Amino acid sequence: MELIEAIILAVLAASTPLLIAATGELVTERSGVLNLGVEGMMIVGAACGFAGAWLTGSVFIGALFGIIAGTMMSLIFALMALGLAVNQVATGLALTILGVGLSGLIGAGFVGERITPAVHLAIPGLTDIPLVGRVLFGEDGFVYFSIALIVGVWWFLYRTRAGLILRACGDNHASAHALGYPVLRIRTFAVMFGGACAGLAGAYLPLAYTPFFIPGMTAGRGWIALALVVFSSWRPGRLVIGAYLFGAVTILQLHAQGWGVGIPSQFMSALPYLATVIVLILLSRARSGGSTAPAALGTVFVPDR
Amino acid sequence: MRKSLLALAAGLLLAGSSVSAASAADKLKVGFIYLGPIGDLGWTYQHDLARQALVKELGDQIETTYLENVPEGPDAERSIEQLVRAGNKLIFTTSFGYMDPTLKVAKKYPNVHFEHATGYKRNPNMSTYSAKWFQGRYIQGLIAAKMSKSGVLGYIGSFPIPEVVSGINATILAAQTINPAIKVKIIWANTWFDPGKEADAAKALIDQGADVIMQHTDSPAAMQIASERGKLAFGQDSEMIKFGPKTQLTSILDTWGPYYIERVKAELAGTWKSQDSWGGLDSHMFAMAPYTNMPDDVKKLAEDAQAAITAGKLHPFKCPIVGQDGKTVECKGGDHLDDGQILGMNFYVKGIDDKLPGK
Repeated sequence: MELIEAIILAVLAASTPLLIAATGELVTERSGVLNLGVEGMMIVGAACGFAGAWLTGSVFIGALFGIIAGTMMSLIFALMALGLAVNQVATGLALTILGVGLSGLIGAGFVGERITPAVHLAIPGLTDIPLVGRVLFGEDGFVYFSIALIVGVWWFLYRTRAGLILRACGDNHASAHALGYPVLRIRTFAVMFGGACAGLAGAYLPLAYTPFFIPGMTAGRGWIALALVVFSSWRPGRLVIGAYLFGAVTILQLHAQGWGVGIPSQFMSALPYLATVIVLILLSRARSGGSTAPAALGTVFVPDR
Repeated sequence: MRKSLLALAAGLLLAGSSVSAASAADKLKVGFIYLGPIGDLGWTYQHDLARQALVKELGDQIETTYLENVPEGPDAERSIEQLVRAGNKLIFTTSFGYMDPTLKVAKKYPNVHFEHATGYKRNPNMSTYSAKWFQGRYIQGLIAAKMSKSGVLGYIGSFPIPEVVSGINATILAAQTINPAIKVKIIWANTWFDPGKEADAAKALIDQGADVIMQHTDSPAAMQIASERGKLAFGQDSEMIKFGPKTQLTSILDTWGPYYIERVKAELAGTWKSQDSWGGLDSHMFAMAPYTNMPDDVKKLAEDAQAAITAGKLHPFKCPIVGQDGKTVECKGGDHLDDGQILGMNFYVKGIDDKLPGK
């Protein structure tokens, strides 16, 4: 019982940064912009988030620092890819390289420092319920926020007029432009939202997951978030399934190794990727409809004024 | 104008590795290639501490340059060559994956001397150096068996390569001398550095009953988890006691300083020769962090073992060594396994209740 609870807790912790970063990228891509710089925005968010928390002693302010840092990084991307209509793939990759270097610079003074990590919710009575108590009522704020975030994004994209317009920009920017919508402005907001989420996801790592900062500590999670968006067919519901599935298989394979299941560890390490890809492909095949990628994804739009 | 500015910006972005150098003429130029950032608190950090010790000792005669964050593989060749072109006469390439690139550049520039860490390919102008970390692991095994209440040790491995496997075996052989029924749970992270994953592995091991955590990965994440859960742990590469003041028992510290100073002195004197150095506790190639968070008798046991290993009286792989299959391993080194058998170790010893990946 206790072991199951421990596993679920570890799964939630491992999945949360992926879910937050992927949620932001989903909105960005739904507006028609492919920002490959998630890893770079995340790691700068991690460095600034830690710096903020260390300087002020507040995890909440640290998280805000992370969000602001991620947003600033995404503005560089917006300036290049939207303002100057530079190739989005190249700009995104450059943003990652910039982010990795910049985070090392920002974080250099904080390496080896410690902070008090994010507090976990504790409601007397409820948190002590066996098996589900700590899972439902004993998480840190990031976990609850990530769930609220993806629900909010789903509601925004499918239940609001603004969400419909954002999706229109992603599917056919010329039409959206012809209808009088400010495509570039909408896309800039979407990119900024993606940056804010990536920054927050990055900040989660040194503020809650492993409370210290080390250069390169995102270790490729930004790329996994990017892949999750594609394999979820740009749908928030499937994104949740993908992120938690990836986290679950990651943790379970570690436990399986500890139990000595005798399957080569190299295969076990590949399992989260395999399982997530297979399940999400099966999900998208089970439902009808061909490619669900935003039709204008990654294409440059220069309004004719 | 805008285009050229953009090109300049892109160029700056792509020049990911950073260069630092102190300039002076007629000094011997010594170059270093680092795998990670110097602030990784582990592997690269220790190499850079050694470089700093070198500068402190011989700073008036030499000038050092380092390139950090250089990926392993063919790309490293460019970075090594960059150091050659900048006039470096002695170049340390500090990770296993630089082996082939270093050899390639070494063959191209016979007048430049190279030192490659942890590899096995040499050339008349290319040496190799590494440390017998398994000696430290043996001491850790003794401590772990004494300190574990559950009799279950948790071991986080990076990749199932001989260096790591020999470390696991040395740990268990030592632990068995204290508690013959000791158990070890091994989780391979399949990475050297991913703090999140290392933390998850530590959580899994503790959740499965391990109460002493050992790691062969590079970040202090596992130490921190053990500290959070009130368990014990060993550091890796570096001093990690900051992350577990009541948790760290000891740590294997990579101390390359003396070796770097010795080799640079040889280069300055013109006596540098290609060689293979595989040093242990006796040659100060690594050191043990202070023995902390343990009772005095355990501390004494560890110190005695350290003294015996340093004096050459105790060998972690003393024969007979029995493999997992129950067969006794051929004893090629007299009364212990020889260096080749340890450097190529690809089996678990008896008592490890797990399968070696790929076996």
